[in-house]
Amino acid sequence: MQTLLLAVTLLLLTSLAFRAGRKRAFAMADGAPRNLHSLPGYYGSWVALWSGLPAFAILIAWLMLEPSLVRTLVISDLPAAMQELPTEKIDVLINEVRNAAQGHATANPDLAIAADHYIRLRQIGFAAMTAVSVAMALAGAAFAYRRIEPQLRARPRVEATVNIFLVASSTVAIFTTVGIVLSLLFEAMRFFNMVGFIDFLFGLNWSPQMATRSDQVGSSGAFGMVPLFTGTMLITLISMVVALPLGLFSAIYMSEYAQPRIRAIAKPALEILAGIPTVVFGFFAVITVAPLIHSAGEVFGLAVASESAMAAGIVMGITLIPLISSLSDDVITAVPHSLREGAYGLGATKSETIKQVVLPAALPGIVGGVLLAVSRAIGETMIVVMAAGLSAKLTFNPLEAVTTVTVQIVTLLVGDTEFDSPKTLAAFALGLMLFAITLGLNVVALHIVQKYREKYD
Amino acid sequence: MNMVQPQGTAKVRSRGLDVFYGEKQALFGVDLDIRAGEVTALIGPSGCGKSTFLRCINRMNDLVDGARVAGSLTLDGDDIYDRSVDVVQLRAKVGMVFQKPNPFPKSIYDNVAYGPRIHGKAADQSELDEIVMTSLEKAGLLKEVKDRLQESGTGLSGGQQQRLCIARAIAVEPEIVLMDEPCSALDPIATAKVEELIDELRENYTIVIVTHSMQQAARVSQRTAFFHLGKLIEVGDTEQIFTNPQEPLTQGYITGRFG
Amino acid sequence: MTEMAQTDTAVRSMDAVAARLKSRYAAERRFRALGLGAILLSVAFLAILLGSIVQKGWTGFIQTQVAVAVTFDPQVIDPDGSRDPLALDTADYATLVRNGMAARLAPDADRNARRDLTGMVSTMATEQLRRMVVANPDIIGTTATVWVLASDKIDMVVKGQVPRQLGAAGNALNDRQLGWVAQLEQSGQVRTTFNTTFFTAGDSRAPEQAGIWGAVVGSFFSLAITLLVSFPLGVATAVYLEEFAPHNRWTDLIEVNINNLAAVPSVVFGLLGLAVFLNVFHLPRSSPLAGGLVLALICLPTIIIAGRAALKAVPPSIRQAAAGLGASPLQIVAHHVLPLAMPGMLTGTILGMARALGETAPLLMIGMVAFIVDIPKSPVDPSAVLPVQIYLWAGSPERAFVEKTSAAIMVLLLFLVSMNMVAIVLRKKFERRW
Repeated sequence: MQTLLLAVTLLLLTSLAFRAGRKRAFAMADGAPRNLHSLPGYYGSWVALWSGLPAFAILIAWLMLEPSLVRTLVISDLPAAMQELPTEKIDVLINEVRNAAQGHATANPDLAIAADHYIRLRQIGFAAMTAVSVAMALAGAAFAYRRIEPQLRARPRVEATVNIFLVASSTVAIFTTVGIVLSLLFEAMRFFNMVGFIDFLFGLNWSPQMATRSDQVGSSGAFGMVPLFTGTMLITLISMVVALPLGLFSAIYMSEYAQPRIRAIAKPALEILAGIPTVVFGFFAVITVAPLIHSAGEVFGLAVASESAMAAGIVMGITLIPLISSLSDDVITAVPHSLREGAYGLGATKSETIKQVVLPAALPGIVGGVLLAVSRAIGETMIVVMAAGLSAKLTFNPLEAVTTVTVQIVTLLVGDTEFDSPKTLAAFALGLMLFAITLGLNVVALHIVQKYREKYD
Repeated sequence: MNMVQPQGTAKVRSRGLDVFYGEKQALFGVDLDIRAGEVTALIGPSGCGKSTFLRCINRMNDLVDGARVAGSLTLDGDDIYDRSVDVVQLRAKVGMVFQKPNPFPKSIYDNVAYGPRIHGKAADQSELDEIVMTSLEKAGLLKEVKDRLQESGTGLSGGQQQRLCIARAIAVEPEIVLMDEPCSALDPIATAKVEELIDELRENYTIVIVTHSMQQAARVSQRTAFFHLGKLIEVGDTEQIFTNPQEPLTQGYITGRFG
Repeated sequence: MTEMAQTDTAVRSMDAVAARLKSRYAAERRFRALGLGAILLSVAFLAILLGSIVQKGWTGFIQTQVAVAVTFDPQVIDPDGSRDPLALDTADYATLVRNGMAARLAPDADRNARRDLTGMVSTMATEQLRRMVVANPDIIGTTATVWVLASDKIDMVVKGQVPRQLGAAGNALNDRQLGWVAQLEQSGQVRTTFNTTFFTAGDSRAPEQAGIWGAVVGSFFSLAITLLVSFPLGVATAVYLEEFAPHNRWTDLIEVNINNLAAVPSVVFGLLGLAVFLNVFHLPRSSPLAGGLVLALICLPTIIIAGRAALKAVPPSIRQAAAGLGASPLQIVAHHVLPLAMPGMLTGTILGMARALGETAPLLMIGMVAFIVDIPKSPVDPSAVLPVQIYLWAGSPERAFVEKTSAAIMVLLLFLVSMNMVAIVLRKKFERRW
């Protein structure tokens, strides 16, 4: 809150700087802007940039660095016995100190002292940050203000700054990708130092709970991802069995047959389906679909696990219908009209035209769409976390419970703050696999779709 | 059923044919006879309704949203727009070749075989082969493609593609072949080949061709109909239309005063 | 070929066509029915989904209350008669509630029966009595009928969400309690009212006291951060790529990157957030700040792609006209192109925000699954968000949480629908045909 107030203050200063700069430019031009190199507003912007940019840069840097600095200082002030604890224990202590600082009483007198220390440090820090950033804003504004003169090339300078901002923004996407790759790679490498890459990739057993003690690591061989992989594939397969025919036929019907009235209902319905968060579908799978399948299984005398691959797969299939349908719709409408006319002109019926001319022509695009859907299914998390279960069984029976890569990533990381155990790091290795597979599928799919588009452009 | 009429009787007859696209009227009371065994050329400036008229004959206009037809249009005396008429059957009788060559992205063989297959024209594979070969032969394409029947139809040159489309159309053994500016996307040499082909096809088929080129109309057709702003202005023997038009509008068009 | 023979084949051929027509049209009808079936099935799925949520969740918006005749016994509240505020604040109000219940239902209740009585009302009742006494100590010694919150088990039975039969699925009441419920209902001492708790409280272990306000505030803070970060970045990137960037390998790389980021599973973004925002920058765990930043990265590609489409739709003639008047490239964009493209960009942004609002998995990665009762006051306080709250409640064993989960889903969907409505209206209103 305080920080927000400071930020608003700085913004206010910046806008004052803008007004001051513009006013001075006007004054210098004797009220005739054509005497100036640029419009007065640019002089204002120039002063505002000088005022705002350094101040906010300092503010952000401060906010990023302060927590770890305060942390170090607080730790150095703790009793020596506490300082020698392992990192994760210290983490817990620091958390308690923070809680105490926020008014929750602590039983430990040392920590109470530390909490006071913490509060004091934070106060000093905030005061210093306020002073430095406000001073910076004023100094920057003053510097620029004094340099205003009619010959100053204000517009090119402002525009150059904006340009830098534009270019920098566009690199954020690159940095995100690099960040993903590096963080996954880095943690995964640490994992592979403890568990062999080959064991991980081809191991048939997955039971990370067994390897919490460090002396068990590696020898237990409990980090084989094959069962996770088969589980993921099984659920993906089921979902595609549901989504592909429904999505494809929906698209065909909508683009080739549907009267406007039906389209007016079905199109928004599919859009709503696409917009519903997957956590809702997960709940639906657990509370409605799974019991349904369970009792249907009982009728036929089949043993269905309460968390079955079937329930998760079917519901995931439903979520993919809109994706497949809209992608197929795109490629089907992209098939040139002349091809359809060619078939109609020979006396083909509508379905013959679609089956024998339109679909074969659209096939590459549809394949691309299906690959994208598969990639989505593999990466989908909430539905499987809620409905698929945790048992890493090597099975292809859709009525049993299976687990998936994403489920394990979530399970391994949720509620676990230790960061050095293979159990936690395994999540990053799985994440790396997931990233590699989905990236590969996307690249291939986009390539196919691209080629397809070029063909009919 | 129908007999092949002697040359000169009306195969297709339109009386007071109006066509609307939504609010817009595209054809106004067209009376026109298409005679069997002849090539009839429809000419006129763009947007004059000649293509619209052509697409009425095999009801391709059905595919356009909001298209409406009034008046009478008969094929061998049967109303084309009668409710009992089956569009699929009609199009098996009235084939069509389009402005832009539109071979299916399949092999040359499958392109030609497509029509006979869907209509069940061949009893077995050898009969189908024969139909395909005959059609390609009639379209004057067999010599060029007989060694690569399994290659994609889209790999052919523009002129070859258009002749493939003609082969595809006649493989269904239609009685009438409609051609919608079949040469507008072709170079002069390919155009000459297609025109030659049209002349040969006249023996077995009634042909209606829409064209922009008056020279082409003069070269390939026996009768010519001139459309302007959705109305049929004049129809007559091609020679008469080009040498001695009765209507000033026709004369203006063929002498290049507008168009 | 003679003319006669030719006619013959023609007639035979047309007959063959006619003969096949029946089966061909049957195939046509089958195909069409398949298409219609697929559409209907998809719509049916949606209807079943929404129907089951509403059917399970609408009762979440009402709560059950029980009338208790409470005697504010000075012996229990304030034995030494000092009216000391601290004593009043820490007195044993639970006993008052229990006594009130017992007086009405089972005057001679033994220990077990008294425990069953306690299970009938929410622990919130104790809190309610405390507040009444602290606010007005004069009521000590009087007797008043107070409507208190029923416990979740009673709530479920009264609202008909679980069957009344003893031992039925989800019914946690015993014989005695069921009898009491019937007794109370007969004498009109049970009522249902609008569930304000649900909209004002934070999370709670007790279903009848749980609310979504904490999660709504958390979602609001997260989305505010997301918007602040992703909108300027997204617009700037779109403008750069569409208006200024040269066509070279670097910009190609950026484009490929953006397209691929759009398809990276969101859980991977969660891993990024955990490794970078939490472990490197030490942002506070479970905070809307960290969550909002992760969500910003997730919806950045959406905003960029929508922004570029909007910029592409502005005809080049506008740019040429402005350039012809001597505007600098930046002026062209800022004065002419951007205002025209803004509705499209806003639409894309709102849709991206809607997606971010429903995103769950990446937030689990950065610790937003913690059980948090307090309403967050700033973006650095630990907090839940709506979809995570739904996930947490969905995993709770109490039957009453099914209703709360469904009700929370209805609220979430309402937010999503309104955001989409705004986007659609915006698009309709500013749609321009060039």
